[in-house]
Amino acid sequence: MSQIINDTISISPFKATGVLTSSVVPLNIENVDTDQIIPARFLKGTGRDGFGKNLFRDWRYEKDDESKPRPDFALNNPIYSGKILLAAKNFGCGSSREHAAWAIKDAGFDVVVSSFFADIFKNNALNNFLLPVTVSESFLQKLFAAVETNPATAIEINLPEQSIRFTSTGEQETFDISPYKKTCLLNGFDDIDYLLSIKQEIKEFEQQHN
Amino acid sequence: MVKTITDGPSVLYIDKHLIHEVTSPQAFAGLNKRGIKVFRPQQVVATADHNVPTINQHLPIKETLSRLQVEALQKNCAEHGIELYGLGHPYQGIVHVIGPELGLTQPGMTIVCGDSYTSTHGAFGSIAFGIGTSEVEMVMATQCLLQTKPNMMRITVEGELNAGVVSKDIVLYILSQISASGATGFAVEFAGSAIRSLSMEARMTICNMSIEMGARCGLIAPDETTYAYVKDKKFAPQGEGWIKALAEWKTLFSDDDALFDKEILIQANDITPMITYGTNPGMGIAVDGHVPALHEVEENEKPSFQKSIAYMGLQAGSAIKGQKVDYVFIGSCTNSRIEDLRLVAAFVKGKQKATDVEVWIVPGSKQVELQAIEEGIDIIFQEAGFQLRQPGCSACLAMNEDKIPEGKYCISTSNRNFEGRQGPNARTLLASPLTAAAAAITGVVSDIREFLN
Repeated sequence: MSQIINDTISISPFKATGVLTSSVVPLNIENVDTDQIIPARFLKGTGRDGFGKNLFRDWRYEKDDESKPRPDFALNNPIYSGKILLAAKNFGCGSSREHAAWAIKDAGFDVVVSSFFADIFKNNALNNFLLPVTVSESFLQKLFAAVETNPATAIEINLPEQSIRFTSTGEQETFDISPYKKTCLLNGFDDIDYLLSIKQEIKEFEQQHN
Repeated sequence: MVKTITDGPSVLYIDKHLIHEVTSPQAFAGLNKRGIKVFRPQQVVATADHNVPTINQHLPIKETLSRLQVEALQKNCAEHGIELYGLGHPYQGIVHVIGPELGLTQPGMTIVCGDSYTSTHGAFGSIAFGIGTSEVEMVMATQCLLQTKPNMMRITVEGELNAGVVSKDIVLYILSQISASGATGFAVEFAGSAIRSLSMEARMTICNMSIEMGARCGLIAPDETTYAYVKDKKFAPQGEGWIKALAEWKTLFSDDDALFDKEILIQANDITPMITYGTNPGMGIAVDGHVPALHEVEENEKPSFQKSIAYMGLQAGSAIKGQKVDYVFIGSCTNSRIEDLRLVAAFVKGKQKATDVEVWIVPGSKQVELQAIEEGIDIIFQEAGFQLRQPGCSACLAMNEDKIPEGKYCISTSNRNFEGRQGPNARTLLASPLTAAAAAITGVVSDIREFLN
């Protein structure tokens, strides 16, 4: 139970420079729900680590058998690697399980790119310094096409400038993030630290409303 | 609202925090690591529901990891002074069933839980939404969360419901119209005469599944039906407190000229008994309809559609009626309340289940289970060959032993038909308790209207 605060999940990958450049792993499936990201039967841990090995469990393996990886699944394909998961529309819908964000982080990803994220997943990701980058559908299709042509395609995520860029051509798009969350990611702050710091104001609020 | 951060989110005060065994252990560990206690333990209520067995609950939980999670919850609640309705307690049950039935859920409250179906409580005109475990930790530590104001959507359902149509059909119909991401990021208010005509339990089914549209929360303005339901519940305000609360609740409605960012109008008359054929809850059709033919599917959605029906073992363009069913699951925070069980019992009384179908009825709480027994509903189920089990989330998410085997079809009153949701490679058809009951009797997907006189 001691890994909670100082484990890898709690370190923002954007803290040093705010820039991350990596190849990507493409997952071109729409409406990926959190039951696919990590099935409920693997939610029985009481810590935050170790969920990565069951990331996309039922798509990665035949008949729940780790010795039978499905060769057609992108995460099993050795030509793809990197810290950026490239996902299709409505990623992370369904259950509120934060285990989905933990599993993606634990599997080595720092960024998920999609044209649309489900609400709770987006919050959970940000609370674990996993950056959800929302791009236009057309830019997303360009990313998928580029990776299909060249699996080593490198993408630069620049958080201070809020941009996502092909390092080869320089073609880029900007993305939205709340200024508050951006500050948190760049400085490695989390919401709990902030809320604890205003506890006196919370107590005053309680007194006024009782 | 405690305060608003400049250019940032607001600090939202949480009135009630519901917790369960699966999404809380890491939050307690976080508090312990920081060396702090739960800030307002009297505003937190815990139960064990997600991975508990639904038979022999008096025995120790066989599955080791599940048992450890339930034991961790007991230990954490004891250490932090939190009321726990664990296994064996007369109030134990699915977290979104016990909140309302105990009167913990009240109009105007802010309610959160580490579970996406927290939207259920919006049926009372409360602001209720699911949160992740980091947020569970925030609420435990400070009773607050950082939130941004969502856009508002109103879905109005006008008119009288057709025979055989219940609230589950309404929400499956809405989903089929706006898709599984049609309300992402919105707070959705359900309104209109068809919604007003529903009981509280039926309203809960609709708000429960608002999360399946991607909504941050779903809500229905409280009215006389709401007040009558809450009155005299265990933790409802009493005496003077009730009068004061009622006066406050009566101010909770959208103004006639309120502006919504998006409005959807649905005619109740267009809604028929519904069923899903695919692997997200937006993939629903009329029970007498057909799986879309390939030419009816938008070009960019074809790959997902084909993947989905291949998983389900269904053909594009084929009828869903007559599809063989292997399991029937009546339960979950969507449809496991006493009215659901009564509806099923009234239909199956004197009938027998089809021989090759297994039927699990899992009540939402100990109180629902007891009520069913008092009303003799247990005998009706027994005579029909149905298994009345003990309360829990059960086959809705198959965290316990209640799993649908690979390749089998389950008609389910739960809320998600995702791949593997009810067990690896299990195939889920979402429907109302009535439509599920009809399938239990015939062994195939059936149109409940053919049984009504």
